[in-house]
Amino acid sequence: MKNLKSILGVGALAVASFFTIAADHIDAPAVSGGSSDVTDFYAFQGENTENLVFVANVQGLLSPGETAGATFSENVLVEINIDTDGDAVEDLVIQAIPRDGDMYFFGPVAPAQTGLDSSIQTTATQQGVVEISRYNEAPIIGTNAGMSFFAGPRDDPFFMDFAQYTEIIAGNATGFNTPGTDTFAGTNVLSIVVEVPKRLIGNSGTINTWVETKTK
Amino acid sequence: MKTLKIVTLSVVLSFLTFSCSNDDNGDSTIEEAPDFSGTYSQADQMGRPAVNTVFVTPSSKDTFNRTIPSEQNATFQNMFETNLTALSPAFTTAEDTNALGLTASEFTGLLATDVLNVSLDGTTTFFDGTNVLTGRALADDVITVELLLIFGGEDFTENPSLSNDNVDANDKPFLTSFPYLASPW
Repeated sequence: MKNLKSILGVGALAVASFFTIAADHIDAPAVSGGSSDVTDFYAFQGENTENLVFVANVQGLLSPGETAGATFSENVLVEINIDTDGDAVEDLVIQAIPRDGDMYFFGPVAPAQTGLDSSIQTTATQQGVVEISRYNEAPIIGTNAGMSFFAGPRDDPFFMDFAQYTEIIAGNATGFNTPGTDTFAGTNVLSIVVEVPKRLIGNSGTINTWVETKTK
Repeated sequence: MKTLKIVTLSVVLSFLTFSCSNDDNGDSTIEEAPDFSGTYSQADQMGRPAVNTVFVTPSSKDTFNRTIPSEQNATFQNMFETNLTALSPAFTTAEDTNALGLTASEFTGLLATDVLNVSLDGTTTFFDGTNVLTGRALADDVITVELLLIFGGEDFTENPSLSNDNVDANDKPFLTSFPYLASPW
């Protein structure tokens, strides 16, 4: 009978950075903490139930003091991928990329090519643009052709007792505390939110979706 | 070639018009047209929360981020299963399952293709007690759900001290309307 600590010890080798910050924050060395580091991805039905909302967050763990100076990189394309036929290959993309204080959106549109490399679909029928919201100012919302757009700093919606998990993995604790402590409390992210009519992404059934950052 | 330029120009023009009518300060009317040319190459990706962080061995994390989802299962399912069974005492035998009825092999087979499954027909939640993997809402306690599926065993009762981090909600309430996320701290 393996005891828990030894099991976790083995686990810790395999997953040394387990929850080095949880949802996808700082998940891998090549992107860790940079402008292309995806922290989180959400997809949920909108207030208008005919719509679906996508949230893609980058650059996690911003303190309030760091937030005003945090910016989206013009060399980082944020691409929401949508698979409508269950083969885990994107049939549609929604692309977001900043230029001079505005966030531009292209899609949903069939990408010119699937996979690791993308070009920006500037001829997409569905497009939008919104001024990037500034810290401590009211959020600026762009709308066009049934879609809504936001880009700017928000509270990090992720919550977890990451610190205690680290203690468990390190062998310093055998379980979580009650109550736990939200390691992400009081921190911000740069967020891209886009709301899109479901009819533009398959209308009905189940889609598979994921977010990518792509750099130039 | 010429056609492409004309198309590009018309798109750019439509942008400028759009920016002009929607931009309070009117700055963008005098700016150069944005340049969107070039190829953008993959850096990071994410479907379900915490999958790369939890299940991918550190030396493979960058590789995982650059493996397209349709190829992730073939490349990473074995690694995921090895790491899951090493991590969780709830998967000691091949017959052990989690509360979804999935063995370590089946569970990691599901997770290795790191995409978020989203229903277009109603409730969207990671898990709400009834609906499973129909989306991810802001308020979903995804970490506790994942801890339960990793450590909680067949009926969520195993390893109780490991299967809930006891942080059940965000530190600020979400908005009911767009952009839904709370204002920054």
